[in-house]
Amino acid sequence: MADMKIGAYVCKGCGLGERLDCDELATIAQRDGKAQVVQQHDFLCSAEGVKMIQDDIDNESVNRVVIGACSRRAKSEAFNFEGVTISRANLREGVIWIRPDEDELKETTQEMAADYIRMGCAEAQRSTPPASEQEKGSNDNLLVVGGGITGMTAAIEAAKTGYPVTLVEKTGELGGAVGKMWKDVPMHTPYTDPVDTAVADMVAAIEADSKITVHLNSTITKTSGAPGRFSADISTESGSTSTENFGAIIQASGATPYDANQLPELGYGKSKDVVDRMELEQLAIAANGGPIKRPSDGKEVKKVTFLQCAGQRSDKEGHLNYCSGDCCLTSIKQAMYFKDQNPDIETEILFDDLRTPGAPGEDFYRSGQEKMITFRKGKVSEVVAGSNGPLVKFKDMILDQDMEEEADLVVLATGMVANSGVDIDEVPQNEPGEWEVSVDSILNLNYRQGKDLPHLKYGFNDSHFICFPYETRRTGIYTCGPVRRPMDTQQAIEDATGATLKAIQSLESAKIGRAAHPRSGDLSYPIFRKEGCTQCKRCTVECPFGAIDEDEKRFPVFNESRCRRCGTCMGACPVRVISFENYSCDTVGQQIKNVDMPDEFDEKPRILVLACENDAYPALDMAAQQGSSYSQFARVIPVRCLGSVNTIWVTDALNSGYDGIVLMGCQKGDDYQCHFVKGSEMANIRMSKVDDTLETLSLEKERVETYEVAITDIERAPRLINDMAEAVEKMGMSPFKF
Amino acid sequence: MSEVIATNQTILVVGGGISGMTAALEAAECGKQVILVEKNPSLGGRVSQLYKYFPKLCHPKCGMEINLRRIKANRNLRVMAMTEVSAISGDAGNYSVTLKTSPRYVNENCTSCGACGDAVEAEFDSEYNYSLGKRKGAYLPFNQAYPERYVLDPAIIGTDDAEKAKAACKYDAIDLDMAEAENTITVGAIIWATGWKPYDAGKIQPYGYDRYQNVITSVEFERMLDPHGPTGGKILRPSDGKEAKDVAFIQCAGSRDQNHLKHCSRICCMASLKQTTYLREQYGDDAKGTVYYIDIRAIDRIDDFYQKVQDDSNITFTKSKVASITEEKDTGNPVLHGVDTEGYHRYSNPHELVVLAIGMEPSVPADGFPVEVVLNEEGFVELDEANGAFFAAGCSSDALDVNRAVQSATASALRAIQVVNKVAGAEG
Repeated sequence: MADMKIGAYVCKGCGLGERLDCDELATIAQRDGKAQVVQQHDFLCSAEGVKMIQDDIDNESVNRVVIGACSRRAKSEAFNFEGVTISRANLREGVIWIRPDEDELKETTQEMAADYIRMGCAEAQRSTPPASEQEKGSNDNLLVVGGGITGMTAAIEAAKTGYPVTLVEKTGELGGAVGKMWKDVPMHTPYTDPVDTAVADMVAAIEADSKITVHLNSTITKTSGAPGRFSADISTESGSTSTENFGAIIQASGATPYDANQLPELGYGKSKDVVDRMELEQLAIAANGGPIKRPSDGKEVKKVTFLQCAGQRSDKEGHLNYCSGDCCLTSIKQAMYFKDQNPDIETEILFDDLRTPGAPGEDFYRSGQEKMITFRKGKVSEVVAGSNGPLVKFKDMILDQDMEEEADLVVLATGMVANSGVDIDEVPQNEPGEWEVSVDSILNLNYRQGKDLPHLKYGFNDSHFICFPYETRRTGIYTCGPVRRPMDTQQAIEDATGATLKAIQSLESAKIGRAAHPRSGDLSYPIFRKEGCTQCKRCTVECPFGAIDEDEKRFPVFNESRCRRCGTCMGACPVRVISFENYSCDTVGQQIKNVDMPDEFDEKPRILVLACENDAYPALDMAAQQGSSYSQFARVIPVRCLGSVNTIWVTDALNSGYDGIVLMGCQKGDDYQCHFVKGSEMANIRMSKVDDTLETLSLEKERVETYEVAITDIERAPRLINDMAEAVEKMGMSPFKF
Repeated sequence: MSEVIATNQTILVVGGGISGMTAALEAAECGKQVILVEKNPSLGGRVSQLYKYFPKLCHPKCGMEINLRRIKANRNLRVMAMTEVSAISGDAGNYSVTLKTSPRYVNENCTSCGACGDAVEAEFDSEYNYSLGKRKGAYLPFNQAYPERYVLDPAIIGTDDAEKAKAACKYDAIDLDMAEAENTITVGAIIWATGWKPYDAGKIQPYGYDRYQNVITSVEFERMLDPHGPTGGKILRPSDGKEAKDVAFIQCAGSRDQNHLKHCSRICCMASLKQTTYLREQYGDDAKGTVYYIDIRAIDRIDDFYQKVQDDSNITFTKSKVASITEEKDTGNPVLHGVDTEGYHRYSNPHELVVLAIGMEPSVPADGFPVEVVLNEEGFVELDEANGAFFAAGCSSDALDVNRAVQSATASALRAIQVVNKVAGAEG
């Protein structure tokens, strides 16, 4: 590039000046690395050192900065220059800290450092600073799907923050499940008595707020676009449709009560006086503070028994294999409906584990005990017809006795099932845009990968990240409330508030082309060279975030603001037409090729290590910090995700004479740790096919290994490199050296 | 100490654990100006002292790495370690806050090369290891510490060790004359994320935490698993250093108890279940775990983790609140006394190690809150309009697990933003 000017800076601090020949490194930067400006400094991260670099940027037109010093993870605030690319040659953690300070090892230590300088310069040559002409969408409007307490909270909070909101509700009224309750569990101290639900106040607030537009009896029949430019068709039952544009979407589609008809052994459907928890609420509403009457004959209930975990926490066919989180609190609340009206009513809760967590939960439980609700640990076997009401047969676990007790009313504490729409992993795909569905889609996404957000285990739309609960696999669409995981009202309100923040953050980031988590702030985005595309569709299928759609001619269509910049598409592309300005097949490929490859007689193998920058690379840095060591023949290149590794890098490395390649990525599978969810899984699948390549090159399979490495594998990560070094010694040098 | 610039459109986050870091980041990434203060020398909080999170059994350092990367890259966010809040006055949209920064005795020249740590001889109880091990008088709190800077224990100032540290530093990073600094700033909203502390197990008299070496807390047990921790990653008995294969977990130790903490600390059931997997991983079939519980609270979709542990024949569950612990003099084994309430069988069970699943007490400042705050009975901060623009995030608001703490922090970031947006709107 005509206007590319590389400035290479070699630091002599932290022992680098003592352990390395920095003058030679400077020469290499100039001669091999083609750096036009080369400087050394005793203490590069100091204010003075940083100013030296900034002066070169301002006055010498340096626009590619190569820093030969500590790891990219250290002193990044100091080495933070705008408008230029920055390559970090890791000479400290990556060379002098990881190699022992012994005289006979000086030569190979220097070679390592020299290679990293070459690699840093090679990377700089192939990078450009991220441009700012990519798509930017500006739309402050938020779409909230679902008008229950979760959706209403999201709408109110968004409006309070200054953003206009459209709230779409399937039924004819707002309120959802909580709207059908008589009272709710308290959310403020003192946590002692049931309180009025928040629904009425929220509905009033929404009606009074001009920033919130409500569509009742409506669903979303099509959603397309990306953060900053979503477009949604809102269709009413009667058939009219309006199309509106949004910056971000919040899905608060809630949960449906479990169908208790699947519990005939507990008497449901057989006796009118066996009800589920929603039906109990209706009885309480009808009673309105007076005595609650049972359905069969209107008799005032004098004894009520609650059966916890009904149809839940069980792997029986038709049951839910999880706990619905709020049923214990709900049963205590409902028992209080009876007790508060008449303390003489016998209320009994048969439970397995009573789950009332936290301060609010435990206080409420204690209040229930004080109101003389009976709590019994019991295993219910069945409910049959008694002489005057349902008869519960159970084993009292404390008394170790089989019991039979008749009640006027039995309440099954049933669970909730997420309204998470179409399970896109299960639904067979015929043509893009046409799907066989047995469940109504919530969002009807016009996305190549499917109509709704991917499901986790048990059908919830969650992220399964512990530290980042909101990061769904669809950028700009945030789920909250019981559709995400089972929860009570207090948590749903909190959850909705958090999701609203993420949605606002998403639409604000879209205005400036800024990536979302985990590469927050990344301004680079995928560049697609359509002329070379063979329409193999690997990128559209493999993208963990469904960011790539297809046009009528089946070419991929990139939606930049849906992209998380992981590069899985780049890794998938067999013809390498996808790249990022500062991360491409070239930026890594040229690093690989610019390592000085000793010939076969030098007995100095070369081992390429491609390490995920999220976990494996930090583990190697921390290993160095702790004083570990690994082979002097290793050359480590951090990658954004193992999913971004293109097999060409492996092929090129082997052809260039590398003797071994170690790939380190994050854990995949159900309990994934990969920050891009599917990236490392993709890499694993691709690498399993590398064996074929090795065979055609007549190379041993053991020359390429892929490992799952965690950030705490401080001992193991260096050992894996050393294992490869040992294996290479046994196998001999690669025949591809010159 | 460089000048702190803040206005009433700035959000102050107090506490740099996962909740504080999250609240600060989420607000900053919306474009807001944020100051994050942390009283310890490093960010990270208590989750950085955990080995793994439930239910995925993944590593806290993984998420922390991403958060630190985000923090370093964000120009809207300023981190002040060694800093506490000493006074707050004012109202929503216009608070005046006094920050007190204790001296680190190390300036920003520090490259964390470690030379001062090597030179200093004095050792102190390691806070990071819950006093199970030692650290030097010049130390890096842990290997992922941020700011990535050493710190001198004030106790060595004025001694030879301080001079040795200074002499060892090639970057002129040791400043023995560093003084406490005070800054009074204006902010629009305050997010209080000071987290929790483990309940003092010594107060549970019958359990003998202060008398028997082989009775430890869950947080101490967790430190044992760290390969760089006080036992090199081995589950050992403190009394004799032998392997502890028969371990008892006592749930609700100090929790759900009128005599101690009235609330349920929510995480301890899952934490103990998680710790049984550590035990099994380390000692395989020789491992034996017994969980003494009242209710196992493996709530919502992670109940299957409990089911998995229940299916493990090496782990037994006994529904019992342990009444007392004594000690076998010759073996040092703690003996648990109580009644298995399912069937009413009395027991006196010896184990090699006892882990108290200790409760979470809210971390309220020693002199109380610097401002009038609505609390509930247990000392957690309520979400209440009377609190103005003072919002609790994470375990300051209730006993929470990490997932919910992050949820809470994200929500509080929005509440703070609503306040500063109003200020911005009013100021045009």
